[in-house]
Amino acid sequence: MDAKIKYLLHLADNPLILGQRIGEWCGHGPVLEQDIALTNISLDLIGQARLLYQYIASLPGQRTDEDSLAMLRYEHEYLNLLLVEQPNKNFGHTITRQFLYDAFNLCQYEKLTHHHDQHLASIAVKSLKEIKYHYRYSSEWMLRLGDGTPESHAKMQDAVDELWRCTGEMFKMASYEQELSQDGYAIDVSALQAEWMQRVSGIADQAGLKLPQGEVMLYGGKEGKHTEHLGYILTELQYMQRTYPQMNW
Amino acid sequence: MDNSMSTQDTHIIRKQIAGLLHEVADPEIPVVSIVDLGMVIDIRPENGHWRIDLAPTYSGCPAIDVIPFLVKARLEEAGMRDTHIEMEISPPWSTDWISEEGNEKLHTYGIAPPNGKASDQEYEGKPRSCPQCGSTHTELISRYGATPCKASYKCLSCLEPFEYFKCF
Repeated sequence: MDAKIKYLLHLADNPLILGQRIGEWCGHGPVLEQDIALTNISLDLIGQARLLYQYIASLPGQRTDEDSLAMLRYEHEYLNLLLVEQPNKNFGHTITRQFLYDAFNLCQYEKLTHHHDQHLASIAVKSLKEIKYHYRYSSEWMLRLGDGTPESHAKMQDAVDELWRCTGEMFKMASYEQELSQDGYAIDVSALQAEWMQRVSGIADQAGLKLPQGEVMLYGGKEGKHTEHLGYILTELQYMQRTYPQMNW
Repeated sequence: MDNSMSTQDTHIIRKQIAGLLHEVADPEIPVVSIVDLGMVIDIRPENGHWRIDLAPTYSGCPAIDVIPFLVKARLEEAGMRDTHIEMEISPPWSTDWISEEGNEKLHTYGIAPPNGKASDQEYEGKPRSCPQCGSTHTELISRYGATPCKASYKCLSCLEPFEYFKCF
């Protein structure tokens, strides 16, 4: 597959899988307002993924559509980060995953808004407005829970410790990113790490949370090698299309 | 559509279409039309049909697929079959595009309209007052409401909850 298509799929699969994951909170949120907040973020993310899948499907030589891209690929064909497929566990865990991702996405999308591919840049401008909201929401909750009760603090620290190993992958160039870095189509994600760390450590300090040092990092999601969690997400995500092929609303 | 149509005819039809679009309500907030929300960007003749460009509000708004459908249906009902509807994401929609009339309708409906310009601030702003009792004594409950475009607030005077349309 073309490196450009892979890169765009990677960008699209992140919000799709995270959106689907957060959607599991629908009807299960800790309080009504947060249930609604999480599902609204989920909707934004799936909307962002749609814009990217629609764009991929419109490129020359692509005999596909947004639904097939989202619903009918196999597990190893999804190129999302390992972070976004991790289970929701508890609310604090979900917030921590969201925060780590939002902080990265903010850095990444700020770069994408200046992309020489005009259409990709337009999608980025549109998405960035929403990502900023998500970041504000998740960072506020990091502070509230990290600096909250002993129990909320312990849960947040546990989430940071557990999810940290999924963050290294964000800054490691995948094969297709390296291939595309020559003409600048893929952003140099390794250059985003310092800014990301500044954001994350700033909030973690205020929240009284310690960031792990020297943890072993997990890699593979961007190349299609996933944790077992993705399969379960896809089972649910793809169920209707697999059971009733070509079904429509 | 006849290509030899005069400028005046074009002008009249455009006004007719705009009038019809005024009758297309936002499915999520039926008190405002898509024109009030500033979602209609352009109405123009193109290759023998009328093209209507719409701006989606939030990427994930569930109404995103329904609205073009409703527009098409309203125009067909009025006898206009030759229309083409496009969703344009650039420039991105902003609450700054909501008309004065739209803001008033939101307020009357019980939703506090955006307070301030999204372009001035990277901030959602705060409601000017409670749409129920007019008190300025309000408190944020959640950054999100029943739809992504709104936040949940509580009035500390009349104690009623209400929604605020965030600057975006």
